[in-house]
Formats: sequence, C-alpha cells, structure tokens
Amino acid sequence: MSAARSDVLIIGGGIMGCASALFLHQRGQSVTLLETDLVGRQASGTNFGNVRRQGRPLYQLPLANRSIAIWRQARELLGTDIEYLQRGHMRVAYRDRPDAAERMEAYAADAAHYDLDLEMLSGNVLRDRFPWMGPDVLAASLSAQCGHANPRLTGPAFARAAVKLGAVIHENCKATTALRDGNEFHVVAADGREFRAPVLLVTAGAWAKAFVEGFGETVPLTSRGPNMCVTEPLPYAIGPSVGVSTPETFESVYFRQVGRGNLVIGGSTQNQTYPEDYRVYVKPENCIGQWQQIQRLIPAVRNLAIIRTWSGIESYLPDDQPVMGPSAGVDGLFYAFGFCGAGFQLGPGVGETMAELIATGSTDIDLSPYRIDRFAAASE
Amino acid sequence: MTGHRVIVVGAGPAGVRAAQALVEAGLRPIVIDEGRRAGGQIYRRQPDNFTRSHEALYGTEAARARAIHETFDGLAAQIDYRPETLVWHIADGHVWTLDGEGQHRSEPYDALILCTGATDRVMPVKGWNRAGTYSLGAAQIALKAQACAIGSEVVFLGSGPLLYLVASQYAKAGANVVAVLDTAPFAARIPALPRLLSQPGVLWNGVILTRALKRAGVAVHHGVTPVAITGDAQDGVDGIVVRMADGSQRRFACNAVGMGHHLRPETQLADLARCEFAFDPAVRQWLPLRDGEGRSSMPGVYLGGDGARILGARSAEASGRLAALTALADLGHSVSGGEQSGLRKAIAGYARFAAGLAQAFPWPVEQAAALPDDAVVCRCESVTAGELRAVVNEGGAREANRAKALSRVGMGRCQGRYCGLAAAEVIAAEARVPIETVGRLRGAAPVKPLVAGTAGIPCAPQETGA
Repeated sequence: MSAARSDVLIIGGGIMGCASALFLHQRGQSVTLLETDLVGRQASGTNFGNVRRQGRPLYQLPLANRSIAIWRQARELLGTDIEYLQRGHMRVAYRDRPDAAERMEAYAADAAHYDLDLEMLSGNVLRDRFPWMGPDVLAASLSAQCGHANPRLTGPAFARAAVKLGAVIHENCKATTALRDGNEFHVVAADGREFRAPVLLVTAGAWAKAFVEGFGETVPLTSRGPNMCVTEPLPYAIGPSVGVSTPETFESVYFRQVGRGNLVIGGSTQNQTYPEDYRVYVKPENCIGQWQQIQRLIPAVRNLAIIRTWSGIESYLPDDQPVMGPSAGVDGLFYAFGFCGAGFQLGPGVGETMAELIATGSTDIDLSPYRIDRFAAASE
Repeated sequence: MTGHRVIVVGAGPAGVRAAQALVEAGLRPIVIDEGRRAGGQIYRRQPDNFTRSHEALYGTEAARARAIHETFDGLAAQIDYRPETLVWHIADGHVWTLDGEGQHRSEPYDALILCTGATDRVMPVKGWNRAGTYSLGAAQIALKAQACAIGSEVVFLGSGPLLYLVASQYAKAGANVVAVLDTAPFAARIPALPRLLSQPGVLWNGVILTRALKRAGVAVHHGVTPVAITGDAQDGVDGIVVRMADGSQRRFACNAVGMGHHLRPETQLADLARCEFAFDPAVRQWLPLRDGEGRSSMPGVYLGGDGARILGARSAEASGRLAALTALADLGHSVSGGEQSGLRKAIAGYARFAAGLAQAFPWPVEQAAALPDDAVVCRCESVTAGELRAVVNEGGAREANRAKALSRVGMGRCQGRYCGLAAAEVIAAEARVPIETVGRLRGAAPVKPLVAGTAGIPCAPQETGA
C-alpha cells in the first residue's frame, strides 16, 4: 500500500487539529488529519463552551485576543452557526472571599494593557443588572466582549470547513505509530493505512503523550473529565456566561444559558477518565456536589430539573498551561495539546497561530511559556 | 449468608417475583419502585380511594394481577420497600436514588436485579406533537390509575396487542372509540400463526378483544398508512388523515389519538451499569445482553422482565424469578436447578410467542423513511425529520450520537427514550445504511429529569485524577 502524502499531517481531530487544518489550507498547505474517533468528540465537544478571556495568565491574552477575533466572524468563516453568543463573561467573588474580589480588581487593571476591558460590579449596581445572583455574591468582573458557543457544533464545523477547502480528514482512523523517516514523517494507522508528510502536528489532547515520547521528549500529561450537566429549558434571560473565582476547586462552578433556553452547568469536581476506552463515567457524587454549589451562585436553579449529565476527556499539565509550538528536538514536528480545560476559547487562535508558524516559520504570538522542553529538566 | 445486599429495581411482575424468591431464600432485599404502589404498569393499582375490582381493571388478567398484588403485600414485612423513588444513576456498585421527599441516597449492592419494564415504542406521524396525542401506555394509565380518558372521541393508531387492548378498555369504559387503525396488514398474521399458537391462551385473549371491539361497534382497519394528525396549536388534535389499505385517503375526526407500536425496554439503567448491548434484528433495537439465566455482562447485575426484552407480563414473572435465583446461586445460596430449568423453558415459550407478535404486527420502518421533512421526530426538542436529514447530508452524521450532537435529537427531557428508535430509522433511511450501524443513543444520568434543588446526602466532593 502506498502512503498518502500531504504537506502537513495532523494527529488528532479536536478543535485544535481541525482549526489548524482549516488555516493551513488557507495558507496553501495541503493537510491530512487523522482522528481515532469522530472529530470534536472529546475535550472539544464535551466542554462547557466558554469563550472566555478573563482569568487567563496575562501572557496568554494575545493568543486569546487572536482567537476571539475569529470567534466573532466564525459564522462567515465556517458557513454555519455554531451558536456563538457574545453576551459577556462574568467572574464573581463570594462575600467570604473578599481577597478574590481584590485579585479580580488587580487583574482588571493589568488586563487593560492587553485590550481586555473588564467592568467591576458590586452592590446595587450588580444586583440591578443581574437580579438572579445569589446573596453570597460580593462582586463581579464583567467582560462584555466575551461570550459562549456550542462545543458540540464547533469542532465538526471547523472540520467541515477545512474539508471544503481541500483538507483530507479520516475519522475512525487511529494513528498507532509516528516516526521520522529521512526528511519526512511516517504515520501508520491501526487499520494499516500509511501517511507521509514533511511536517507533523500533534493535536491529540489526552492521547498526545505516546507520540511525544515516541520522539524522545517528555511530557507529564494527565487527563480528567469535566462534570457537566444541563437543565430543562426556560425563557432566555441570563446573557453572560458566569463563573465563580475561588481557590477552592469544589466552589468553582459556572453556568451559561444557551439560546434554546437550557442552563449548562459545569465546574467543581471532575471525573476519572478511561482514555484507552474513550470513555468517562460521570460520578453521581460529583453531580450532587456541583448542584449544591451552583445553587449558591444562582439560587433559582433549585427549581429546575437537570435533564442530562456528561463528561469527556481533557488533558492537563502540572503548570496548567498547554504545550504549543515546535518540538525541541525534531525538525518539522509541532505540538498543540494539553489545554487544561481552557482550550475551547483558544482553539481557533491556536489553529491560526500553528498554521502561521508552520507555513512561515514564525509567529508574533509569544509561545515561550508553552515550550515542550519546560518539563525536560524536571524529569532528568 | 443472609447478609447479602440485593437490590431489585422495579415492582412490576418481574420485580415482585424476584423479591419473592429473595425473601424465600432468607434475604431482606431492597425494592426500589418509581410507582406509589407495587404492580408496575401492567398491573398498576388505583389510588387508595378508588374501588374498581381487579376484574374491572385487568379483565382476563385479573387473577394474575391479584396474585402479584397479594404476593407483594405479603412480603411487606420482609423487604425494604422504597416506593416513589427514582434510581437516577448506577456507579461503582451503588445505586443512587431520589425519593418523593427530595432525599438523595446511595445504596451499595452485592447483586442488583433490574426489572425496569418498558415504555411505548412510537413511530412519529406528522402532527403527533399536537396536544391530544398520547402513547398507548399513557392512554391506558390515564384510564387505569385515574379513571379518565385522553379525549371524548379517540382514535387508536399503531400496531400490536396493546393497540387492541387499550381500544377495547376504552370502549368498555364508555369512551367513544372512533376507529382502530392498525398499520400492519391483516395478512401478516398468517405466517406468524405457528409461533402465536405457542401461547394459545394469550392468542385467544387477543381474539376475544377483537370481538369485543366489533361488538362495541368500533371499526378496525388494517394495513393503514398514517398521513397526518391534524389540528392547531390552540385546540390540539381535531382529526387524523390516513391512507387505507386500498389506497384511498380518509380522515377521521377526533380530539385525541392514542398511538404506539409495541413496547421498548427501559434500558438506561443497564446502560449506566455498563452492561453490554447487542443489536437484535427481529425488533431492530439494541438490547442489553442477557444470558439464559438472567445475568447481564456485568458481574452482579441481573436483568428481569420487559426491561431487558419485551416478552410480556407472564414472561416477566418467570424471568424476574429466574434472575433472582441466579443472583442467589452466584452469591452462594443453593437454589433448585429443576425450577431454573422450568423457568427457562417457560421463557423460551414466551419468546416464541413474542417473535410471532413481531411478525404479525411489524414496526413500520418505511413510515420513518416517508416522514415529511416538516414532521417532528423529537418532541422534547422539536427536531424535525428534515433537520435530522440535514445533519446526515450536510453534517455527515451517520451515527445516532453524532446526529444528536449536531441536531439536538434525543437531547431533551425524555433523553431519546421516545424518539431514539424512530430517529435511528430516519438516519438509516437517509444515509442508506443498515439500522444497526446507526447504533444507539448512549445512556446518560439522570435517567429522568431530576430537580436540582433536592436535599443532598452529606457528600464529600470527589476529584479523581487519572
């Protein structure tokens, strides 16, 4: 069997891989993408759907800003509605954690230098604008220019747009080995198909580690599953996507109302993953804990019925930052994975940045915080 | 030995017989029941102050209903009965329940016997989302439990024994049954006859029902193809238009429609318990695997009654008891091998009869392919056949869960329990692929809508890294 060839080979069909495929084609590079399952099914498809910039490290904001520019024109770019609603994103601090409110204030001052305008709200002003807010809420930081979108639609929409431009996407195609063979990469799939390209981009999320190690590099990648649920629909009223700023994981719930009317709830505790089986099982105790917490943020939830829960497989790194950029040791090899539950908003920007980097050899986005070799010292 | 914790989910004929077998072995099982009183759907009991007799309520099945009710009442002191309690999740050897008081509990088990019963299998018809359209089971429960009819002029549409049973119960109760419209051609019953004769008593009951309908002056039409349920958003159903077997189109005026095609097992709990499923081509459904003894593919999880496979209430009594005996044997109790083999034989007979019913009253697959684009498939989310076809054609969805992700089909309050099978048929027809390749909607907790603000058990949040 002769190997299929393209300019770039991508392993992993989440939002990172699919967006990269689209933007690489826009830059005239031919792409073949291999996805073990169906595109956009795991972290990309099962996450909360936040298109959130605030709360990110300041050095990540240029990438987040690049991304939101794409979100704003996603419908035109993709030729379909991915339910992006630019109704704002809000972080709140509880009364018993006034330090969280102070940190939000400080962040707002710093973020202003990165084109992120945040409005601090408290007291009557906050309650007049958002009357459903629980009495425990002390203050809020509102980013009016952020929003939320439908993760179930987004990954597949990028994939379809890429295919329309000529990208080749193989679903149900599990890459089992990836080697450097002379001047090009040689990837073999479980069913025996072979693929070759001078450039390889690994966007395999929680499954990236085996490929990284195959090329002699180290990455302490783990995975966890978000605990998500959705209520029955109610008349659209909320607007922004809202989350709690707290150092306590169990308090860190968030919710948004989709155009259809349902409240999507996430945060708090996470679930164990089974990456080999492509499965996560939602833990009932996590659901109950999450429902208890979300009632503190929005007490009206207690009268709603939860109709569905779900989870997916997200990849995490010890410093909560992704790996993004070139390999430290292998020419032509690139990575974009490990987004630690915060990759959905970044996805389009990551795709554009990786396409720029691969096609032109450089990018204005500072990728140094995301270097793969930041873990090399720790393991030696 | 009696310290084993065995949980039975469901208190219909399968659950009651399972509980009885466990008590006989000296155990004190927990029986969790969504109903307010044991009996399940088929032998559903009236509220306390209602006084109709078993004969009036259950007709030819009065003696069986009485036996189930009395057996369960006799067990009351020896079981831990939890009525009005929903099992909403199963995880790590525990069932998670929510009771009528809003209290969450988590119960560990050594053996879990799922007797979860069935709900209607419904093939959508254009207009079935109008107020006044009910499933056959819902129409029957309204009558049995509340002594009220779904409308004053009712058409029953669909196929299978329940169609005739509910229609005759309505006629007997004095409702105006406008017509019974059977989508199966009468001729389909001829080749099914040898299998149906395996249960002559049940077959005869069916004949009696049909005669009773005729005596009551109810017109029964066979080989009918539904066109639309008509009406408007304000007043709901005002009639139904069908194509008769001879090709002519006809409208029946009515203010309610009861519709359904046999039943489908309630398999979500087996799914959450991580039981393996397999496609059954005879009924075009994915069903949890069950060995001849009632074991699922998961150790410690047993399946009884229609919740695993639709074989009817009589079979449910046998398969519920068999599942309990197998669980007991697996826990180290001694059980009678002779009794087990007798139960297996009885179940095989019921299975033969059920195969005959599936042949005589087929699921109208072609109706899914012919659904107009503007017909609603998923009533919870108002997803039309056209929207579903669009995600097949433009979204490339050829699998049930992908179609759900892209279209919202099966994403609403019922979680695809009512639309899932029909949606799979629409997808298969549009994608021109065999139905089994479309797969099934994965079960997700909670199995039914769960009010968020219920009293929680003291519950330490768990965070689990990989």
